[in-house]
Amino acid sequence: MTDESRSIPVLEVRDLVRHYRLPRESLFSEPGHVYALNGVTFEIQKGKSFGIVGESGCGKSTLARNVMALEDTDSGSVKILGKEVVGLSFDQLRPLRRHFQMVFQDPYGSLDPHHTVGRIVAEPLAAVGPISKEEKDSRVAEALKSVGLKPQDVSKYPHEFSGGQRQRIAIARALITHPELIVADEPVSALDVSVQAQVLNLLKDLQKEFGVTYMFISHDLAVVEYLCDEVAVMYLGEIVEKGRTEDMFNTPAHPYTRILLDAVPKPGSGQKRSRIKLKGNVTGQTERRTGCVFRDRCPMAQDVCREVKPPLTPVGEAHLAACHFSDEMIKKAQPHS
Amino acid sequence: MSLLNVKNLSVILATNDGPARAVRDLSFSLNKGETLGIVGESGCGKSMAALALMGLLPELSETRGEILLDEENLLDKTEAEMCRIRGNRLAMVFQEPMTSLNPVHTVGNQIMEPLQLHLGLSESAAREEALHLMDRVGIPNPEARIDNYPHQLSGGQRQRVMIAIALSCKPDVLIADEPTTALDVTIQDQILELIQNLVQEDGMALILISHDLGVISENTDNILVMYGGAAVEKGGTEQIFNELVHPYTQGLFAAMPKLGRARTMRLVTIPGTVPDLINLPAGCTFTDRCPIATDICRNTPPPLEEIEPRHAVACHHLQEARSRKTEELFS
Repeated sequence: MTDESRSIPVLEVRDLVRHYRLPRESLFSEPGHVYALNGVTFEIQKGKSFGIVGESGCGKSTLARNVMALEDTDSGSVKILGKEVVGLSFDQLRPLRRHFQMVFQDPYGSLDPHHTVGRIVAEPLAAVGPISKEEKDSRVAEALKSVGLKPQDVSKYPHEFSGGQRQRIAIARALITHPELIVADEPVSALDVSVQAQVLNLLKDLQKEFGVTYMFISHDLAVVEYLCDEVAVMYLGEIVEKGRTEDMFNTPAHPYTRILLDAVPKPGSGQKRSRIKLKGNVTGQTERRTGCVFRDRCPMAQDVCREVKPPLTPVGEAHLAACHFSDEMIKKAQPHS
Repeated sequence: MSLLNVKNLSVILATNDGPARAVRDLSFSLNKGETLGIVGESGCGKSMAALALMGLLPELSETRGEILLDEENLLDKTEAEMCRIRGNRLAMVFQEPMTSLNPVHTVGNQIMEPLQLHLGLSESAAREEALHLMDRVGIPNPEARIDNYPHQLSGGQRQRVMIAIALSCKPDVLIADEPTTALDVTIQDQILELIQNLVQEDGMALILISHDLGVISENTDNILVMYGGAAVEKGGTEQIFNELVHPYTQGLFAAMPKLGRARTMRLVTIPGTVPDLINLPAGCTFTDRCPIATDICRNTPPPLEEIEPRHAVACHHLQEARSRKTEELFS
């Protein structure tokens, strides 16, 4: 698959597995597990944006935490700039952390209310090593400027800012170490539409200016389409479809992708749209499954889906899907207008 | 004669910094079986208008105007009278099903409460009806679920319980305040379809509040766009989406990422933030963010003017707003 002549991807994730043990329910039975990630593989090239979509409970945020090395991984490998981070100790990770930073969903909960903006933004610099106060101040000022905040904002506290501005502070904090990779977990879902547009444009501009790579997690497909070059759709801890954004959104090869796309309300489209609707919600994280992960909710599931697990196979150029009927799906797909 | 008639509704909240004018001169009417969508960003007065209708505003607040439900002004009612109307003729579905359900009561008890209180059903009859309601809102296996506590249900299930409570007494008007904002798109789809079906079956009137123009577009007959506590544009859903007129409505629509749009196109942003409700500008509240504002906007509030039957817009520069493209406006 991988072309040797290509440069090292910024992020390379191979067969990532993460299971959480549940509390024991009886003395004599084995404790259950939540199978949060079951072998996730993908890579992101420099300067690209990679979107991860799926409903809640699909393992999106677990994936982010594991990529950020914020918890122990069961097995698999996460390479950032070609360097393995799985299995490293906290101290070994510390100098590497400057290369990957994170922006969280809730701009109210992720900024310490007792600290000034200057202190919040400067915090990741501790991982870079000792630097002079002058350099620290100038880097804080530079980071604030790049996200459109004023240098005099350093002495203010988070509560003096609106939601959109707080998210800018969080982005400045992520940018200050000049990271290669920014993992953003639902960074705009708590924001109003007009503010969301400002933050999305800012993320695009920063990518153009600094060449940052994004791993962008969102449940909003329109936002992902706007920002990302490539997208992976997750279901029950597995990637069920992956490919370039245009290909996937125009010709989804997995029924789950199609249903997610159809569920997005479209302004001005009138009241009735024909579409397949999905019943129930994501369940089955605690079971070992045979067959296709999506079989219980899939409108086109057949016997084969219950017995044979469809592998993630190429269905087009750089487009992979895990469905027995992906050819049919592609044939049926009409371009979204 | 309409079922619900709101005339010049104003809400003034007492805050530490002075009175905040959360809703100003809001007027609309709603017939049986009709659906009204209220759109706007947070802080534009949508939820306050809904709470005013329900008589659930914070204590230190003042409400002016008239809220006529079948020609009776709800603002003249005593608290005891409102208690009989609320939950019975007017019901509300709140945004966060986690915080609006009581965590120490079973969902069954919470659905039975209005049935016993308003309809005077016995406990066993109320339980029977609660099971029926849970079935109707699509909760699988109601017998097992009725004795569950809210934390044992998923977000979508909890919202279904909220809807069951709201529907329990067959209200005339159902107010749904961002009923799907905290939910996944697929669950949102299910909940909205459920509300639509129930509204059609029972012929009740629905007020759907959302910041998502997509949700509003697909689920309403009429739209009210609110900004800074007042209506800036209102009309039939089709009329409005055929021609977005007010610069705020245009900006709001253009700022939304839409599926299938070229990725290379930049999103339009509305500069600035929503106005401070305590120090509202004297004229049009959108002045500071509006690309076509002039001196008259700063000083004189624009009246709601009809540009075609039923479609009204509050803007001093209607001609200019209509003739220019949104992308030109906000560039």
